[in-house]
Amino acid sequence: MHEWALAEAVVSAASEAAEKEGFREVKEVRVRVGELQQIDKDVLLFALQQVKGPRLESAVFRVEEARARMACRVCGRVWVFDRKKLDEGVVEAIHFVPEVAHAYVKCPRCGSPDFEVVEGRGVWLVDVKGVR
Amino acid sequence: MVDPRMSIVGERLKGVRRIVAVSGGKGGVGKSLFATTFALILAREGFKVGLFDLDFTSPSTHAVLGVGDLRPVEEKGIVPPRVCGLEYMSIVYYSGGHATPLRGVDVSNALMELLSVVVWGELDYLVLDVPPGIGDATLDLVRFIERVEFLIVTTPSRLAFETVKRLVGLLKALRVRVIGVVENMELVRSDSVKREADALGLRVLGRIPFDEGVEAALGKPDELLKTVFAEKVRQLASRI
Repeated sequence: MHEWALAEAVVSAASEAAEKEGFREVKEVRVRVGELQQIDKDVLLFALQQVKGPRLESAVFRVEEARARMACRVCGRVWVFDRKKLDEGVVEAIHFVPEVAHAYVKCPRCGSPDFEVVEGRGVWLVDVKGVR
Repeated sequence: MVDPRMSIVGERLKGVRRIVAVSGGKGGVGKSLFATTFALILAREGFKVGLFDLDFTSPSTHAVLGVGDLRPVEEKGIVPPRVCGLEYMSIVYYSGGHATPLRGVDVSNALMELLSVVVWGELDYLVLDVPPGIGDATLDLVRFIERVEFLIVTTPSRLAFETVKRLVGLLKALRVRVIGVVENMELVRSDSVKREADALGLRVLGRIPFDEGVEAALGKPDELLKTVFAEKVRQLASRI
């Protein structure tokens, strides 16, 4: 349910962007969600609808997902995140604080926990479209 | 692309009256123990208090409090559980006892994530246990929370105060309020910290003698609050 907290952040950032752009009404908000965050897309979309403010009343929210890729800083191996290899408790922990992946995920080649999340972390506001 | 999390941090902290970051130039000067004891004492005096362990790679306040299997509740965000009268948040709820090696960018991301999703209640004080030095956690804290105030812990060692000077220099440059400095683990009476602090225009809030009784009280907050250490923290808390 912490999708609600992230939805509030998205709406707040989209409202700021609309203010900056001089939009009287926001028509579309594009959001990118990293796979590592394990966001429930339907819950996020529902939460966005519930928390959207007056300027975003008629906005359509589009949520796209980005696969999570890691790169080992020791041996250079690049791999994609596979939640099936982790138990549910770990997946839930990563859902709340994606950085704790460093406590549980290791490079499949050399076993190092020193890796970079190249792609697929966090929630991003990609674009806000509206009318002036 | 815009990271939306920063937009909500102010909202998350709007019910918090004062945000006190307990920091220091070096590790091992007693910041975590001070931060935890200070938070417990404020709570016992009737204030509403939160404690947030920001040392993501080496958290330890949970060991001071003796936190068991508690987990935050999910309620449109993460609601910290109540521990010994404190709203208490730490990454250990999620990392457990595992080593969690984080680079600077990861520290920044974890800090931003938790600041944007943790739902604090109405608090008089939110005490932050900050990792030592002038690295990412300190810089981000100042960047994300404009009204944060710093309380600096040091030992009587000149080596420790050498690093305090750098920390204070940074905080002054960033126009951050420094409440004062606490001299911890005093073994021999000396005015060296007082002199150095005076030269920097820093207030010495108090001196805490090295207390051998503290080690046995770790993990037992009621016992901890009976130590000489806690009594000294209680005396200087009134000056904060």
